[in-house]
Formats: sequence, C-alpha cells, structure tokens
Amino acid sequence: MNRTLPRLLMAPAVGTLFLWMIVPLVMTIYFSLIQFNLLQPDQSDFIGLENYRYFVTDPSFGAAIMNTLLLLASVIVITVVVGTLIALLINEPLAGRGLVRILLISPFFVMPTVNALLWKNMMMNPIYGVLAQVWQFFGATPVDWLTELPLFSVILMVSWQWLPFATLIFMTALQSMDREQLEASRMDGATYLQQLRYLYIPHLGRSVAVVVMIELIFLLSVFAEIYTTTGGGPGDASTNVAYLIFKQALLNFDAGVASAGALFAVVLANVVGIFMIRMVGKNLDK
Amino acid sequence: MARQSNYTPAYAVRTLAAWGVALLLFFPLAWLMLTAFKTELQAIAVPPELFFSPTLESFHEVNERSDYLQYAKNSLITSVLSTVFGLMIAAPAAYAMAFFKGKRDKDILMWMLSTKMMPAVGALVPVYVLAQKSHLLDSPIALIIVFTLSNLPIMVWMLYSHFKEIPREILEAARMDGATLWQEARLVLLPLAMGGFASTGLLCLVLSWNEAFWSLNLTAANGGTLATLIAGYSSPEGLFWAKLSAASFMAIAPIVVFGWFSQKQLVQGLTFGAVK
Repeated sequence: MNRTLPRLLMAPAVGTLFLWMIVPLVMTIYFSLIQFNLLQPDQSDFIGLENYRYFVTDPSFGAAIMNTLLLLASVIVITVVVGTLIALLINEPLAGRGLVRILLISPFFVMPTVNALLWKNMMMNPIYGVLAQVWQFFGATPVDWLTELPLFSVILMVSWQWLPFATLIFMTALQSMDREQLEASRMDGATYLQQLRYLYIPHLGRSVAVVVMIELIFLLSVFAEIYTTTGGGPGDASTNVAYLIFKQALLNFDAGVASAGALFAVVLANVVGIFMIRMVGKNLDK
Repeated sequence: MARQSNYTPAYAVRTLAAWGVALLLFFPLAWLMLTAFKTELQAIAVPPELFFSPTLESFHEVNERSDYLQYAKNSLITSVLSTVFGLMIAAPAAYAMAFFKGKRDKDILMWMLSTKMMPAVGALVPVYVLAQKSHLLDSPIALIIVFTLSNLPIMVWMLYSHFKEIPREILEAARMDGATLWQEARLVLLPLAMGGFASTGLLCLVLSWNEAFWSLNLTAANGGTLATLIAGYSSPEGLFWAKLSAASFMAIAPIVVFGWFSQKQLVQGLTFGAVK
C-alpha cells in the first residue's frame, strides 16, 4: 500500500511531539553540564558532572524520591479501592442516582490550586477549619494537618480530586456487565461475596488498568497542591521530585542543578513507565 | 423483575449510604460556595454559621483587588485555542493510524504516550529559557503552545480509539464513489466520529482550564489564567476566606457546571475505548 499519505497525515503530530521532546531534552543535558544561574546567565563554564553530584548528595534528593513514590502509590491504592466500593454501591438501583453521580464527579473538575487552598484553609486550619471543629466536637485535640502530617494532607487532597474519576470509570464498566450472567449466578445460589469475587472484580480488571495508567501520568508531577499548601515542608517532608527541581530552578535560580535533577526525573518517569507498560499495556491490548 | 426489588430495606439502606458518601465528598465544595457568600467575620466564626444573610461583598472586593475578567479571558483563550489546535493536529494522525494500518502504529502511539509520562518539570528550565528568549514569558501564547503539545498524546490516543470503532468499509465505499480525502473526512468520518471529537475536546478543555504547573511558572499578571489568580491567595497569611472562596467560586463555577453537563460523554471518552 502507498504509505505517503498516512505519513503525511501523521507528520504534524509526530513532528511537533518529537521537537517537544528532543529540544528540551538536549537543552537540559547541556544545561546540566554547565554552571548556569538564571540571575547570571553570562557565566556558563563547563563543570562536567558537578551539578549531578550536587543534586544527588543533596539530602533532599532521597526524601523527594520516597515522597514521590509514596504519593503515587497511596493515591492509586486509595482511589482504586474506595472507587470500587463506591461504584459497587451506586451500581444497584437507588433513589436519585443521577444527582448522586453529579455530586460525586464534581471534585474532578476543581482546579488543583483551588483544591489545595480550600483544604489548606477551610478544611485543615487547626483553629477555624471544619476538621478542627469536628475533632473538637468529639472532644479530641484538633490536628495541625499541614505541619504534623504534611505528606498525608497532600495525599488526601490529591485523592479527593482523583476519587471521582476512578469511581465513574468503574461505574461505567459495571454497567456493561452481563445482567443474565448475574441473574443466573443468583439462581444457582451464589452469595453477593461470591459474585464479587468471581464476577465483579474480574470484570473490573481493564478499567483498573486504565485508571492506574492515567493516574500515573498525572500524579508523577503533582505540583500545585504542594506549591500552594506546604511549600514542600516542613523541611522536605512533602517535597516530591517535581517540587525539588522547581525549588532549584526558580527559587534558587540554579538552572544547572535543576537540569541535572530534571534528568533524574526523566529516568524515574521511564522506570515507572516501563513498569506501567508491562503491567497495564498488556491489559489494554486485549 | 426490577420492580419487585424496589422499596425493600436494602434499597433504602443503599440510598442512604450512597447519598451519605456523595454528600461527604461534595461537602468541601458546598462549604466553599457557602463561604463565598459570607462576610470575613462569618467565614471564620466558631462554631460555623450555617444560617446567615448572604452577601456579595467578597465578590465585589475580589473584582476590585484583581482584574478577574483579564484572568478569565486568558483561561478561556488558552483552553479553547489549545483544544482546537490540538484537535487539528491530532485528528489527521489518528485517522492515518486507524485507517491506514502501519506496522509501527502501536510503537508510535506508545512513544507518544511516553512523552506525556515525562514530568513537565523535566522541561521546565529549557521551556522557561526559550519563552524568555522569545519574549513570550507572561503571555497566553506560550501557554497555548505548551497546552497544545502536552495534551496532544492523549488526544491522538483518544481519537484513535474512537476512529478504530468505525467500520473501514464505510470509508472505502465513499472513496469508491469518488470522494476526495477532504470530502471523506468531512462528510463521512466527522459525523460518525462526532462523539469521539466531543469527548476528546471536552477533556482537553477541562485539563487546560485547570492546568497549574505551566501557568504558575510561565505567567503572572498579564498572561495568567484563573489558576494563577487563585494561587496568589496562598501567600498572605491573613484569614481572607470569604474573598478566597469568592475568587475560587468564580474560577471553578464555569468548568464545574460545564463538567456536569458533559460528564457522561467525558467518562466515555476517558476510558480510551477500553471499557465498554
């Protein structure tokens, strides 16, 4: 078959994406090898791997990688498990299901900066926040969330945003289940738990793959939630790799070190990516 | 069959539980809306005031303090234009992959998605420097370019999975009848793939409207979007919750209402054709 036409049609997308990938990558590699301060752009001596040494020996580095992975894993587990439970609940007939659905999906449309400020102030403020008042109502000492449990607070905010997404995808999947098969299993005396184990959960396999894949893409670079709430602190307690690089580049103006860090982020993304394609890609191909 | 199971105790328990969960998850947003119509004193009252006479005071003050319309305009321009450009670039590629099957299509798609996996922060310094050099810092143009490119992989993938569902025979029949490529795309493909275009476009609108990383790092007062405007409320330590809520309310209301109307379409598109 003549391949000219399809190549021509694909060219704009492939070309722009290639540039979008390669130009920043080459520039990042170059910047990572020179001394590059955004405030003194004229001094650009070649310093070899010095930037890498600095970034890796920075004690924040290990913490940032741990935090990134912890954030990723926690949010995915929370959204998949709780999302499945809610989807199973809503899947059966109940009064006002349309409205319930609309209420449930709403947090997904809230921009991260609003999400973060809403939780930081109105929910988690240790004196006036709603959570503090609930704690007090039950006679407990209010928690200063952002100081005492900074990473957990970020996980909570991000999960709140992504839970609706997981729930709705699982709901869509459940609705396509074979009603007759379910009916037949009930006739044969299967309990709800057995149906769950052998019918519902296996059916959700592919949608779990979709949810995990999309969340991986977006959660590796959680930024605004940290920027607007904890600022990565206290210390490095809620700094992830994305925020650490931002700190080096635009707060310390050290673009050289930030570039070295960026290359680590790319490696990290690729490791997670390979893992994803092996786990999830197979599932999507079916 | 379904009728007899209605109005049983299980139905009532389920309804209660579902509404409980839904209201719990919606509560922070409801609280935000309430606070937007309070005075600053009412906003931090202990215990919280549930019944109060609503005021628009905070909305007025937000408008005086910053040019809300300027930010809203930037949000609208960047999200609409990046979606339109994205569709224009992505559609031909998805069309080629779906209807002229090549050996390496799968690899190209995976490669495209892998560029999306690359954290935006990896490109922060180069893009910042490029924008600075071309005098596009703090301009909506920079954001339009960046949003278009960063949504492109997902758009190609979504459109591809929709196009794949269209029987090739229909397009081939049109070609037999002498339709040109443009006629084929406009008269046959477009009507058949309308759902795909709609859900892809909707998702990109939402993603661009809510995008915060690039808006925060590349723009400020001139080219800033609503996400930037709101982030500006994080620095002052004072308790201006009513104003914060009013500004947030204005920033999210358009896209949340938009989302309510399009959620069915959106969820369908988001599943990448993998969940039917």
